Amino acid sequence: MTAPPDDCLARNEWICGAYLSTRRQILLDAVVQHLQLTFLSVLIGLAVALPLAVLARRWAWAAGPVLAVTTILYTIPSLAMFSLLLPLYGLSATLVVAGLVLYSLTLLVRNILAGLRAVPEETRQAARGLGYGPVRLLLTVELPLALPAATAGLRIATVSAVSLVTVGAIVGFGGLGNLIYAGMNTYFKAQVLTASVLCVLIAVAADLLLLGVQRLITPWTRPARGRARRPWKAPGSASRPWAAAGPAPRPWKARR
Amino acid sequence: MNTLTAAWDWLTDPAHWSGDDGIRRRLLQHLGLTVVCLLLSCLIALPVALVLGHLGRGGALAVNISNVGRAVPTFAVLVLLLLTPVGRWGEGPTVVALVLFAIPPLLTNAYVGMREVDRGVVRAARGMGMTGRQLLFHVELPLSFPLLLNGVRIAAVQLVATATIAALAGGGGLGRIITAGFNLASTPMVVAGALLVAVFALVVEGVFEIAERLAPAWARSGR
Repeated sequence: MTAPPDDCLARNEWICGAYLSTRRQILLDAVVQHLQLTFLSVLIGLAVALPLAVLARRWAWAAGPVLAVTTILYTIPSLAMFSLLLPLYGLSATLVVAGLVLYSLTLLVRNILAGLRAVPEETRQAARGLGYGPVRLLLTVELPLALPAATAGLRIATVSAVSLVTVGAIVGFGGLGNLIYAGMNTYFKAQVLTASVLCVLIAVAADLLLLGVQRLITPWTRPARGRARRPWKAPGSASRPWAAAGPAPRPWKARR
Repeated sequence: MNTLTAAWDWLTDPAHWSGDDGIRRRLLQHLGLTVVCLLLSCLIALPVALVLGHLGRGGALAVNISNVGRAVPTFAVLVLLLLTPVGRWGEGPTVVALVLFAIPPLLTNAYVGMREVDRGVVRAARGMGMTGRQLLFHVELPLSFPLLLNGVRIAAVQLVATATIAALAGGGGLGRIITAGFNLASTPMVVAGALLVAVFALVVEGVFEIAERLAPAWARSGR
């Protein structure tokens, strides 16, 4: 008989270095799955939201129904959304991606539309005066000017997606959520805490990455040096840095 | 279509409505959790937000708390709480997680509502000799009410969603029908549970929509 090992795994401690070293591969696989699910769903969401927003901008009558439908989709709780998609996709990663796409639609459509609507009329007229056709106007004037608002929406959508992927554990495709789910059933504290912390780290990293990309592609929105940045920009305005302290937080947007 | 009719049959079967795992009990649990936690989180968040907003302090807190609220997965917090001593008190983890996730929208919106009150109006009120308390209750609170109410609405919808996920971590509520359906590999049951949850969430949203329309003009959101 060998005595049971007396390490942090055996003692079921919250923070455990041995867990990190022995389960490295499992953690890595879960992170990769988490990233894949998030990336795919946000990308598809963007591909669907962009034409919807452009259509809603072009034809005013389309804006109401498009916003109403995406808002209703956003109101449905995530677990219910995944469950409703079960007959269509079965227990698959597609189900999780489809559910997340439907969620990101609301945030993305609303933000892109707000960005397009915020393009000053004079700017559009000036472009038309220079002989720009509707397509060229959209691609080279309106969309670039809508970029700050669109990336603000993209960041919120991405952070939300990272957090919602965990619920995919119910169908076995939840990235780090799978580890949390398994850890819950086996009362494995180190696994639950490690996976949760990694989730938050992914969300923060994705947000900072998108913020950096936004700064790069929209240099004109960079604030003048020495002036305080405005924190927490809501959809329709420029940027929302992570933990910037400042005087003017923006409210959570009503879901409509 | 077959699944939908099967789900409908499951829903309309009277046997599924009664009993400890019945729809009626789960519905009441879900409603109870939502209402109790909404009240609790309002009691915690609103006074803090109103005082901070009145004093004009703590903007950073309002910003950070809403960012954190978005980035931390609900499911992770539920499971973490379940594994702490809180997990031993039955619905403890659910209630704590629900309250935690309802606080950010409440706090941020009430704070922003207070700060967005026209400074001219505040200065006029001060000039009339209003005390801080009068200013808070007779000027700032009424003017920030639409945004505050909006925060309550967002928090309520969020609570319904979080209460559903709580079923994954053993909490009560309508989500239990979904998890039970998954455990029994019964797609009609999963879909039936999901329909109940979706309708519940939409009804909550609808109730607030109606409340906002019926509210007196000053309390209506002008945004």
